[in-house]
Amino acid sequence: MSGQIPLVDYLVLGDEPHLEASECTSCGARYFDRRNACASCGAAGEDQFRSVAVPNEGQLKAFTIVSFAAPGVPVPFVAGVIDCAGTSVRGNVVNVEPDADHVRLGMKVRLTTFAIGEDGEGTEAIGYGYEPMEAA
Amino acid sequence: MSEDIWILGIHMTKFGKRPESDVVDLAAEAALGALSDGGVTMGEMGVLAAGNLMGAATGVGQMLQKQIGQTGIPVYNVANACATGATALRTAIMAVRAGECDMGLAVGVEKLAGAGLLSGGSRKKDSDTWEPSGRYGAVAPLDGRVGTETMPGVFAQIGMEYGHTYGGTDFELFARISEKNHMHSTLNPLAAYTKAMSLEQIMGDVMIAYPNTRPMCSANCDGAAAAVVVSDSKLKTMSLEQQRRAVKVAASVLTTDPWEEACQILPDVNTLTRNAATQAYEQAGVGPDDLDLVELHDCFATAELVHYDNLMLCEQGGAVDFFESGAPFRDGPKPVNVSGGLESKGHPIGATGIANIWEVCHHLRGEAGDRQIDGAQVGLAHVIGLGSACGVHILEKAAA
Ligand SMILES: [Zn+2]
Repeated sequence: MSGQIPLVDYLVLGDEPHLEASECTSCGARYFDRRNACASCGAAGEDQFRSVAVPNEGQLKAFTIVSFAAPGVPVPFVAGVIDCAGTSVRGNVVNVEPDADHVRLGMKVRLTTFAIGEDGEGTEAIGYGYEPMEAA
Repeated sequence: MSEDIWILGIHMTKFGKRPESDVVDLAAEAALGALSDGGVTMGEMGVLAAGNLMGAATGVGQMLQKQIGQTGIPVYNVANACATGATALRTAIMAVRAGECDMGLAVGVEKLAGAGLLSGGSRKKDSDTWEPSGRYGAVAPLDGRVGTETMPGVFAQIGMEYGHTYGGTDFELFARISEKNHMHSTLNPLAAYTKAMSLEQIMGDVMIAYPNTRPMCSANCDGAAAAVVVSDSKLKTMSLEQQRRAVKVAASVLTTDPWEEACQILPDVNTLTRNAATQAYEQAGVGPDDLDLVELHDCFATAELVHYDNLMLCEQGGAVDFFESGAPFRDGPKPVNVSGGLESKGHPIGATGIANIWEVCHHLRGEAGDRQIDGAQVGLAHVIGLGSACGVHILEKAAA
């Protein structure tokens, strides 16, 4: 076994996988990617951002069921925006029938991780999505 | 305050499949049409702004000059996503308003027929070893694995988010918005599609990104539109007929989205539109109640709904009731997208911003033919480009 690598570097693997945002120490704005300065307040500096854990549970506040996508993307899939206690996260809704009867606005979801494939050296890439917390 | 700016001449080509014309042919057709409509020539223009998104690096403005007149004037090639045309117009307006010249030409053009839906970037072959790259340290393309980056998917979520916040939306409601715009386009001979579609046809068509089926998505097509703008003092030296047909640019505004929580997760097309509308109403000294018609950026049926609210055509949260009341239909009190909108008239990206203004101008001049909104005095044109950029123009009929 050659181990695992997260799909994105804001996904923290281990016993309790979770997402980490970088938070502006001046205004509290949160980002999932690297920033040169804060887009909200403009502050910049070496210690401008700190890592904070994003809660794993949230509420689905927008979704779509995508039927047409770039080649190689399996369809249909459910794309969504999840409100995790005030931090919005982009992610697929997984482990659910991809139709409007099973995916509902406002439904409670929780983070889950899964393998997305192995590279030539046997390293497994791990992605994330959100699954319903109750049966639909 | 600087002096008023007027649209002296404006022209829009037939939208749709135009295989016989290249980008420069379409731009030339629109530009020459606008010059002729205004009764002026290329030699009188002091600035040219050319909007084209797909060929942004090719210098469409200079290519156009080589076809219709190399007069040595400054050319600005502009690109600003789907707000490209509005940005070109604003560029010409700013030059005239700044006093650098007294007349300018803005052109927007795009060749998109057969381009397929605006989807995410094509996927690179997964590499042999995972290699984190980019600002997210991603080891594989994220579109489809972490939500969606496609336009239909993004705008579907924007409509769904509105429904989550305010309630009252469902698949059928969004489909009925599309049904309205397809019905409107039957009166527009320049539209890419001019056939009405039943609700059953729209809901039963291919699902692209729920709740948007194919007819609820903007129609990719070829087309161009152009406008000649003139300063107030120059217009006063022109013929009475030119003065009578000139349309006043009561407000010209361009905004970008300010930081909001979630704006980088799902593009925020709401705040910048609301900000643009607020500024535009203030500049023009009119309110939403004064508008006789609105052309707004219905790139998807879900987008039209949120913009009723963003443009303050209704109370905040009241977009569903606004639609249900019949207000945005062509026989309602606040007709929206009587041209057929992007869903049926078509969406040649770079041309759209000026084409929306063309539609409003023709109603204000009383030259809109079968789809004329009687007695139109004031109209609003809106476009949005993801990223995001928003253009809002308010236009007024000449007093004379
Ligand atoms: Zn900050």
